[in-house]
Amino acid sequence: MIKKNTLITYGGLALFGVFGPILFPDYTLSIAYLWMMVLMASTWDILGGQMGYNSLGNITFFGAGMYISAIVQVTMFYDGGMAEYTSAMGSIKPEFTDSEYFSGLYLGIICAGIGALLLSLIFSTFMFGLRGPYFAIGSLGLAIAAAELTITMDYVGGASGISMPLFPGEIEFRSTFFYILCFILAALAHFLLRWLYSTQFGLAINAIRDDEDKAEAMGIPTLVYKQIGWGIAAFFMGCIGAIAGNMAGFIDKEVAYPIPTFGIFMVAMVLLGGKGTLWGPVIGAIIFHVIKETTWTYLLNLQWVALGLILIINIVYFQQGLMGWLQTKYPEMFGIVVDESQKTSKSEAK
Amino acid sequence: MVMLDNLQLLFVWAPIINVQVILEGIFVGAVFALSAYGLALVWGVMNIKNLAQGDFVIMGGYLALALSSANVPLPLILIIVIVFMFVYGWGIYALMIRRILDQDMFVSLLATFGLSLLMQQVMNLVFGPEVQTIDMELPNWDFFDNMVTIPSSKVISLGLAAVIALAVVIFMKKSRAGQAIRATAQDPRAARVLGIDTDKVYAFTFALNSALCGAAGVLVSIIWVIQPFYGITYSVRSFAIVTAAGLGNLPGVITAAFGIGLFEKYVGMIIGTAYEVAAPVSILLMVLIWRQISMKRNRQVVR
Amino acid sequence: MSDIITVDNVSKAYGGVKANVDISISVKEGSITGIIGPNGCGKTTLFNSIVGYHPIDSGSIKFDGQEISNLVVGDIARLGMLRTFQQTRIYSKMDCVDNMQISVSHRKGSRSGLFASRRGEIRERAEHLLEFVGLYSKRNLISGDLSFGQQKLLEFAMALMNQPKVLLLDEPTAGINPTLINGLIDRLHKANQELGITLCVIEHNMRVIMNLAEHIYCLSNGKMLADGKPEELQSDQRVIDAYLGGH
Repeated sequence: MIKKNTLITYGGLALFGVFGPILFPDYTLSIAYLWMMVLMASTWDILGGQMGYNSLGNITFFGAGMYISAIVQVTMFYDGGMAEYTSAMGSIKPEFTDSEYFSGLYLGIICAGIGALLLSLIFSTFMFGLRGPYFAIGSLGLAIAAAELTITMDYVGGASGISMPLFPGEIEFRSTFFYILCFILAALAHFLLRWLYSTQFGLAINAIRDDEDKAEAMGIPTLVYKQIGWGIAAFFMGCIGAIAGNMAGFIDKEVAYPIPTFGIFMVAMVLLGGKGTLWGPVIGAIIFHVIKETTWTYLLNLQWVALGLILIINIVYFQQGLMGWLQTKYPEMFGIVVDESQKTSKSEAK
Repeated sequence: MVMLDNLQLLFVWAPIINVQVILEGIFVGAVFALSAYGLALVWGVMNIKNLAQGDFVIMGGYLALALSSANVPLPLILIIVIVFMFVYGWGIYALMIRRILDQDMFVSLLATFGLSLLMQQVMNLVFGPEVQTIDMELPNWDFFDNMVTIPSSKVISLGLAAVIALAVVIFMKKSRAGQAIRATAQDPRAARVLGIDTDKVYAFTFALNSALCGAAGVLVSIIWVIQPFYGITYSVRSFAIVTAAGLGNLPGVITAAFGIGLFEKYVGMIIGTAYEVAAPVSILLMVLIWRQISMKRNRQVVR
Repeated sequence: MSDIITVDNVSKAYGGVKANVDISISVKEGSITGIIGPNGCGKTTLFNSIVGYHPIDSGSIKFDGQEISNLVVGDIARLGMLRTFQQTRIYSKMDCVDNMQISVSHRKGSRSGLFASRRGEIRERAEHLLEFVGLYSKRNLISGDLSFGQQKLLEFAMALMNQPKVLLLDEPTAGINPTLINGLIDRLHKANQELGITLCVIEHNMRVIMNLAEHIYCLSNGKMLADGKPEELQSDQRVIDAYLGGH
C-alpha cells in the first residue's frame, strides 16, 4: 500500500491549500475554483466512475442549490419577501448586519445541500430504471429542463436573475472567506468518499458497475445504493452551488446551469485523471483547471475550442486517464496483485 | 390567465387557428424526422449514440446561410450542403468515431458530446451568437380570412423533406450500399465474412447521417432560426423520437417526429414561447419514464 | 420435508417458440433435485422463469409458500433463492475477496452491513469459503483474470457466501476439467448437507447428475417428459429416446 506516499500527498495538498492564497493572493479565487472543480469531479465519480452510471446532469443540483440558497438568504431577513426582491431586479439592496448575512449564508448553504438531496431522491424514482445512454441523456434532459423552467419562474427572477446579498467586508476578506469555504467543503467531500469507498458501500457500487444484473441476482438492493450515491453527490453539489452563487454575486440561468461548460468539465476532469479511483478526479481537476487558466490567458475565445478538443482527444485516445494508465503500468503501487505465472496477460488489466 | 385565454382561443373562439398550429407542427416535424432517422441509422448500425446530431443540423444551417448570402439558389444550396456534410461526416468518422467503436457506450456518448461542444464553440466564433435565418422572400399564402398564414417556403421545405426521405428509403432498400449497411447492422461479423468492408460501411453510414442532418439544417434555416447553441435541442428531440419509436421503425419515427412537432407548437401556443425549449426535453423525460414503466412490466429495465 | 419450490403448470413462449409448456415440478427442502433434457428443451428458460428474469405466460411459482411469479430478480434473491449462470458471471474488475465480500446476504435482517468495514468478520468468512472451493491462493487476483473453471468456482463460492436457502445451478460442471469434477461434486454435497442449502441443478453430465441428485426431472421439447429417482430415469426408455434423438 502507499501509506507513506499518501501522507506526503495530503501534506503537500494541505500546505498548498493553506499557504497558496497567502503566497499568491491574486490567485485566491482561482484556487477556490480549483477546489470547486475537485469537489465536482469527485462527486461525479461516485456515480460515474465507481458505479458506472454516467450522469450528464449533475449540474442540476449545482443550480438548484444556488437558487435555494438565494431564496433562503433573501427571505430570512428581508421582510418584503422573495417575489418583491426579484421583481425589483437588483434595485433593492437590503442592509444586512454581519451576523444576519453570515447566518443567512450558512443556513442557505445547508438548505441548498438538503434541498438538492431531496431533489435527487425525487429524480431517483424515475431515473434509475434507465441504464447506460438512457440514463445519461435523461440526466442531461433534467439539467436542461431545470434551466429552462427556472427562467419561467418570476419568483426567482425569471430571465433577469437574482442579485445576491452584498458581502459585508472588503474584497480580500471576501475572497479569502469563500476560498476557505470551498477548501473545507472539498476536503470534507474527499474524506467522506475516502471512508465510504473503504466500506461495503464501495464494493457494492463497484459491483453494480461491473455487472448490475449479477448484483441484482445476488440480492444487492441496487436502488438503495444508487440513491445514496446520487444523494451524496447532490448534497455536495447543492452546497457548492450555493457558495458559487454568492461568489458570483449575481445568479441567473447561465451561472446556475452551465451545462455545456462546467456540466461537462466535471466529466472531462474525471476522465483525464482516471475514472473510478479516489485520486483520479482530484488529479484530473487540478490538471484541467491549470490548463483552463493558462489557455484563457493565451487563447481567450479559443479557450472553449481547446477544452473541447482536449475532451475529445482524452476520450478517444487516452480513455483510462492518468490513474488508469498508472495502474496498468505499476499495479503493485496500488495493491493490485499480479499473478506471476500469467504476467503478460495481466498487464492488460482493465 | 394567459393560458386559459389561449386555450379558449384555440378551441372555442377561433378553432380555425388549430389548422395553423397543426401545419406548423408538421413543417417542423418533417425536419425532426430527418434528423431522427439519421440518429437511428447510426445507432442501429454502429451502436453510436451521436449527441452531436443537433449540431450537425445547425452546421448545415449555417452553411446554407453562408451560401445564401452568396446568392446561390436553393436547390444548389441543398446539394452543396449535402455533399459537404457527407465529406465532413466521413472525416469525423476517420478521425474519431472509428476509434471508439468497440468501447463501452458511454464513451461514444461523451466523445460525441465533446464533438458537439467543439462544433458549437467553433460556430459561435465564426458566425456569432445571434439568431439568424434565411429570408427566402417567397410569398405567403393566406387562408380563412388571414387566420391561417402559410409561408410557401415552409411548404417547399416539407416537399424537399419528403423527397429526401423517400430518396434515403429507396436507397436503403434497393442499392448495394444500402443492403450492405443493413447486413452490417444485423450482424457485423457475418457481413465481414461475406466480404463486406464493415469499416467502409460504418464510414458511409456516419457520412450519410451527417448529410441528412445537413439537409435538415438547410430546411431549418429556411423555416425557422438557427443559433450556435440550438443544437442540443435538436439532439434531445432526435433522442426522444428514436426512444419512442424504436430503432428499426421508420413509420414510427415519422409519426413520433410529427407528434413532437405538434406537441411543441401547441405548447408554445397555449403556454407561451418561453416553454418551447422545455417542451422537447419534457417529452424526452416522459418517453423515458413511459419506457421504464412498460419495461418494468416485463421485469426488465431500459438499456 | 416440505416443498420449498413449487412450479405449477408454468408456460412460457418467446414469440412463436413454446419454450415451456405446462411444466410442474416441486423441489423438496434440503434435497438435491436435478433437471435434465436434451439441448434446447427449455431448462434454462425454466430457471429464468423461477428466478424472475422474465414474466411467465401462465401458471404459478411458489417459494416457501409465497407466490413469486410476479416478483423481480432482486426481491426473489433477497428471499433466499440464488442462481448461477451458464456463462458464469462475476464482478470481473474486482479481486476475488472483494467479489466474495459483496456477496453477503442482503436480506432484511442484515441491513446494518451497508457501511461495514471491509476488514472484519466478513472478510474472514470470505477467505474461509475461498479456501473451501480451493481458490485461497488466488484470492487477491483480479477475478476477471482467472481461468474459466476458476471463475465458475468463484461464482459458486459467492453463492455460498450469500447463505441462500435454495441455489439453482445452471450446468455447474460445464467447462471444468474432468479431473476436478469429483471435487466439485463433493463440495456440492457438502454445501447441501453441512450448510443445509437446497440445490436444484441443470446438468448435461449424466454421471454427475446421477451421483448428485435425489430426484430428477427430464424435459423434452418444452414439456415434462419424466421424473423420478436417478435409477428409475436411467432405465426409462422415453428419457433414452429423448437424448438419442427420438421425438
